[in-house]
Amino acid sequence: MSAPNAPQKPGLIGWLDYRLPIFGFMNKELRQYPTPKNLSYAWNFGSLAGIILLIMILSGLFLAMNYTPSTDKAFDSVERIMRDVNFGWLLRYIHANGASAFFVVVYLHMARGLYYGSYKSPRELLWIIGVAILLLMMATAFMGYVLPWGQMSYWGATVITNLFSAIPVVGDDIVTWLWGGFSVDNPTLNRFFVLHYLLPFVILGVAFLHMIALHTHGSNNPTGLDAKKEDKIPFHPYYTIKDLFGLGVFLVLFALFVFYVPNYLGHPDNYTPANPLVTPAHIVPEWYFLPFYAILRAVPDKLGGVMLMFGSIALLAALPWLDRHPVRSGRYRPLFKKFFWLFVVNALALGWAGGKPAEGHYLLIGRLCTAYYFIHMLVVLPLLSKFEKPSPLPTSIAAAS
Amino acid sequence: MTMTMTMTMTMTKRSLVFVALLLAAMAQLSPAQAAGEAEPLPQHDWSFAGPFGTFDRGALQRGFQVYRQVCSACHGIKRVAFRNLADLGYSAEEIKAIAAEYQVTDGPNDDGEMFQRKATPADRFPSPYANEKAARAANNGAYPPDQSLIVKARHDGANYVRALLLGYGEAPAGMKVQDGMHYNKYFPGHQIAMASPLMEGVVTYQDGTPATQEQMANDVVTFLAWAAEPEAEARKRMGLKVMIFLVPMTIALYLLKRKIWSRVKH
Repeated sequence: MSAPNAPQKPGLIGWLDYRLPIFGFMNKELRQYPTPKNLSYAWNFGSLAGIILLIMILSGLFLAMNYTPSTDKAFDSVERIMRDVNFGWLLRYIHANGASAFFVVVYLHMARGLYYGSYKSPRELLWIIGVAILLLMMATAFMGYVLPWGQMSYWGATVITNLFSAIPVVGDDIVTWLWGGFSVDNPTLNRFFVLHYLLPFVILGVAFLHMIALHTHGSNNPTGLDAKKEDKIPFHPYYTIKDLFGLGVFLVLFALFVFYVPNYLGHPDNYTPANPLVTPAHIVPEWYFLPFYAILRAVPDKLGGVMLMFGSIALLAALPWLDRHPVRSGRYRPLFKKFFWLFVVNALALGWAGGKPAEGHYLLIGRLCTAYYFIHMLVVLPLLSKFEKPSPLPTSIAAAS
Repeated sequence: MTMTMTMTMTMTKRSLVFVALLLAAMAQLSPAQAAGEAEPLPQHDWSFAGPFGTFDRGALQRGFQVYRQVCSACHGIKRVAFRNLADLGYSAEEIKAIAAEYQVTDGPNDDGEMFQRKATPADRFPSPYANEKAARAANNGAYPPDQSLIVKARHDGANYVRALLLGYGEAPAGMKVQDGMHYNKYFPGHQIAMASPLMEGVVTYQDGTPATQEQMANDVVTFLAWAAEPEAEARKRMGLKVMIFLVPMTIALYLLKRKIWSRVKH
C-alpha cells in the first residue's frame, strides 16, 4: 500500500487511491511484486489453486440457485440440473471435476513445498496457513459430496460423521449434535449445505492470509537461497504470462475430464438415490481422501485410527520443526531427495490401498505405508536434519544458473 | 545460459513426471471399486462410445420400442420427459401422439379431486407402480429399479446392462437357485428375480430389423444410455469446440511467454 501521506495523484484512480488504496495495493502486490527469476513450473500451482477456488465458487453459486437441500428433493433437483437447467450439466460437471482438480493442484503445490523446503523459516506460518486451507478444503469437499444425496453421499456421511463417536465419553453426543438427530437425515443435509456454501468464503479469506504471508518474505525458489534484489523480477508480466500459460495447460486437461469422461472420478453408486436401508458393498470416499482413509483403517481400533488420521495432517503442520536442516532446497540434499520421492510413492500407495477393501494384502500394504508415513515424518526427517551433509551450495541465485 | 536451460528443462521435466505420476495414480485409484466375484463384462462396440460417438438414431428408436413393449411393464424411466424424445428423431406431432397413449394423474381440480388425463409432451413418463411397496407386492418382494440412470449407476454401465440382459442360462452344477429366482452370470450373487426379458421376436421392429436377443439388448441399452445422459452428444460437441479454442490459445500463451521471458538475463 502506498504511504498514507503520499500526495493525491491526478485522475479518478488517483482520487480513489488517495482515499482507499485498492489500486496501489493491486499495483504493488500483483504487478510490481518482486519474484525470484528462477522459479520453475512447479511454482505454477499456487495461483492455479486460487483460480480453481474462484471457478468452484462461481459454478457452485449457480448450482445452489437450482439445488434443493431436502432429503426428498436433493437427488431429483440435481437430476433436474443435469437435464432441464440450461447448461446445468456443464455447471455440475465443472463443479464435481473441479473438486478433484483442486486437490490435484493443491497436492502438487504441497509436494513442491516439501521438496524445496518452502516451509522453513521464515515461511513456517505461510505453510501452516496452507495446511489450514487443506483442512478446510477437506471439510468442504466432504460436505459437498453429501449434497447430491446418492448412496455414497449418504453412507460416506454416515461413516465419516461416526468417526467422532470414537472420542471418549462425549463421542456419541457429539455425533448426535453433528447430525441434528439420531442418524444422517434432513437436518444433516441442511446444515451441510449451509456449511458447504459458507466454507469456500472462509477458504478465500484464509487464502488471502496465505498471500499476505507469502508476500511478506516473497516466494521461495528452486535453490532455496534467499533471493537478492538483483535476482528478482516484477511479477507482471513475467509470472502473469507464465501462470496464464500454466492455466491454459490446466484447462485443456480439465476440459478433457469435464467434456469426455465427466464421471470417471466419481462413483456410480452415487447415481442411485440414498437409501438408509441398503448399505453399498464397499463404502469408499472420493479419491483425494483415499490416502487418509488408508491411514484411518490401518489400526483395528476406531479411536486409534481417527487419531492417526488427524495426526498425519497435524504432522504436516509441524513439518517446519521436524525438518530442521539448515538447507532449504532438496536440490542440495542428496539423501533428502531420495526420501522425498519415497514419500511421494508411499503417499500414492496409501491412496491405492485406501481404495481397496480393508482385508488381506491390501490392509497389510496400507499398514506398512501408514507406518512409513509416520517414520518419514518423525524419524527420517529429524535424523536427516542432524546428519545429512548437503552438496555444495551456490553463493547466489545468479551463481546457480 | 545453456546451463540454465538444461536446469529449467530438468525442472519442467520433473514437474511433468509429477503430473504424469499423479494422473496415473488417479487412473488407478478412481474406480475405487469393490474387488469381488464380478465376472468380466464382454465389451460391446457402442455407437455412442468415444469422444466423437453419437447415439445411433435407429438403435435409439428400436430401443425405445423394446423399452415400451417389454421393460416398461415393471421399470419406470421417470426422469425422462416425452419432449426429450425429440432427441430420438421424433417430430413434435409424433411426440404428442406417443404422450397421448399414456395416462397421468393431475389435480386437484376445482372440486378438490385428483384426476387422470392424457399425458402431454411436457409430462414425464409415468412409472408402472405407485410406490416401492406396490412394486414389491407385485413382484414377489423384488423391486424393479427405475431405469433413468441405470447406465450411469453401474460400473461400465452399458456393457453391464447388456451382459445382464444376455447373461441368463443354466445355473452351474451344485448351485441352488431359489424359487422365483433366475440364474444370471453377471448379476451380483448370480440370482435375479427378473426372468430373462428378451425372448427372440418378443417385439416386431417397425423398421424390419430382425429382433434377435442380442439386437434387442444392444438397442435397449443404447436407449437407456441416452436416457441416463441425454446431454452426452451436446457435451462432446461443446468439448470439441472448447478444445479447438483452448489448444491454440495455450500454444499462443506459450509463445508469448517465451517472447516475454527472452528479456530476462540469467
